[in-house]
Amino acid sequence: MSIEVRNVSKSFGEFHALRDVSVDILPGQLTAVLGPSGGGKSTLLRIIAGLETADSGTVFIEGSDVTNVAARDRGIGFVFQHYAAFTHMTVWDNVSFGLKVAKTPKEKIRGRVNDLLKLVHLDGLADRYPSELSGGQRQRMALARALAVEPGLLLLDEPFGALDVKVRQELREWLRRLHDEVHTTTIFVTHDQEEAMEISDQIIVINDGRVEQAGTPDGLYDHPVNDFVMGFLGPVTTLGGTLVRPHDIRVSQRESAGTHAAVVERLVSLGFETRLVARPVGGGEPVTVQLTRNQIHELDLHVGDTVHLHASPGAERIAVVAAAPQPVDKAG
Amino acid sequence: MGKHALRYGILAYLALLLVVPVAIVAFRTFQHGVSPVWDALSTSNAVSAIELSLLITVIAVPINVGFGIGTGWLIARRKMPLPWLVNAVINIPFAMSPVVIGLAVFVLYGRGGWIGTFLFAHNIPVLFTWKAMVVATVFVSLPFVVREIVPVLEELGTEPEQAAEVLGASAFQGFWRVTLPAIRWAVVYGTILTVARALGEYGAVNLVSSNIVGSGLTLPLYVGNRVNQFDPTAAYSAGLLLAVISLLILVGMTSFSSRRRATKEA
Repeated sequence: MSIEVRNVSKSFGEFHALRDVSVDILPGQLTAVLGPSGGGKSTLLRIIAGLETADSGTVFIEGSDVTNVAARDRGIGFVFQHYAAFTHMTVWDNVSFGLKVAKTPKEKIRGRVNDLLKLVHLDGLADRYPSELSGGQRQRMALARALAVEPGLLLLDEPFGALDVKVRQELREWLRRLHDEVHTTTIFVTHDQEEAMEISDQIIVINDGRVEQAGTPDGLYDHPVNDFVMGFLGPVTTLGGTLVRPHDIRVSQRESAGTHAAVVERLVSLGFETRLVARPVGGGEPVTVQLTRNQIHELDLHVGDTVHLHASPGAERIAVVAAAPQPVDKAG
Repeated sequence: MGKHALRYGILAYLALLLVVPVAIVAFRTFQHGVSPVWDALSTSNAVSAIELSLLITVIAVPINVGFGIGTGWLIARRKMPLPWLVNAVINIPFAMSPVVIGLAVFVLYGRGGWIGTFLFAHNIPVLFTWKAMVVATVFVSLPFVVREIVPVLEELGTEPEQAAEVLGASAFQGFWRVTLPAIRWAVVYGTILTVARALGEYGAVNLVSSNIVGSGLTLPLYVGNRVNQFDPTAAYSAGLLLAVISLLILVGMTSFSSRRRATKEA
């Protein structure tokens, strides 16, 4: 299903969750809505779902205006961050809920629920209650429950936010594989740029109620339209008044045109990679440079050395207008 | 040492205050064996009191459970206009003496009262009948279900209801199949408290009852009446019956609350 959101605004009292937001979601794709907490991304998802009403603007699903259509009639599946499991029902009853409400024949329910439980690797746990499942299992159950009604659109609100790192990693890879099998148009909300980069076809970056940029993960990483997007999608550092990726800085012992002199303050070895922190001679914020261990050896760098830094040709650079909105400096 | 003194002090205090008096009532009741007790509870006056208490309870409790679930849901989901006022009104029976509530019903339903005038004009007697006692009982046992379910509904959150909605359930289906089962123990607990209050109420029903022995007395009123009429066997027997019912309710509540805790921990 294709989704068009046109000029949607939403306020909660004085708080502007969305300001005149328009986005397009392509059918069959896995789209990430990425942004910091409180930026409005969950509100956008809930408005697409019909769980929240926009103050103004229109939502189209498959070209038809659904702005005033109830959530139950939009043909969507929704997965909540905290599972929203029906705690008094078994896994089986949770997954079959939508089919029972739709008065599906018993035989068909049995077949469909069995297939789904296999798909989410919960076959054999059908008689368990949600309280007897791990967080990851609960979320897979919630996903099966959402998929049971064969939605044309699957919406996931920070689906892995409540899970620990290892389970998150497993589930996100699994979600990507599932999407490749099922091909349901999927939108998921996340504040984790790595999660968005890793599994989505398209990323919509939302901040402060506005769409900052939309595009493919590579497109956004390589050609961010502003310092916010650049900072949110990956590590950045400031060199000579511009934002640049730490791996795009070249280090030299000789001064030449356009280089910035700096004194090596710290060398942090992180296995294969080494992080160099240098203080510009002319003053200003320390610069972080990402190098390999071999490069450090070749350059014979030590703390206290003066080096000359410049951005590699073709590196993405954005002039720093004010302070970078997100101090993302995680070259590791 | 001081800790132990405090513990045993409190236990001794509870024993003196609660257990000993109830035990004395039980002892006095069965002083002359079981048959006088049976006889006292089989008199037509005693049977009428038991029946009236049950009648009032059977009517008042479902009214309050229905009202409590609806109102509790509206309050927890922030759909209630003037929530602070509604909350305060619901809490009145906790704060106010039951006699005052009885007096309010008396004034409202009596001759010249707002509702009473209308009822008398249409020849529907309410005051001094079981109907007024039902009204008074509904009022005094109003808050229990609401107060039990609101925190549970708030903890449950709106997400299960929304999940049901997205899966195609109507608002009623979502409530009936998802929300109500999730809060069932709170409803049961609130219902038990409502039953206990409805059966045990004295002050409020006393004011609006005809107080005619054999037709206008609930079980607690009957106990009071027998004490005043120097009929100790009947008073003790009826009193003990009330105590036994309360005890059963207490046991029920304790087992329910431990069950509720068990489901939560699981």
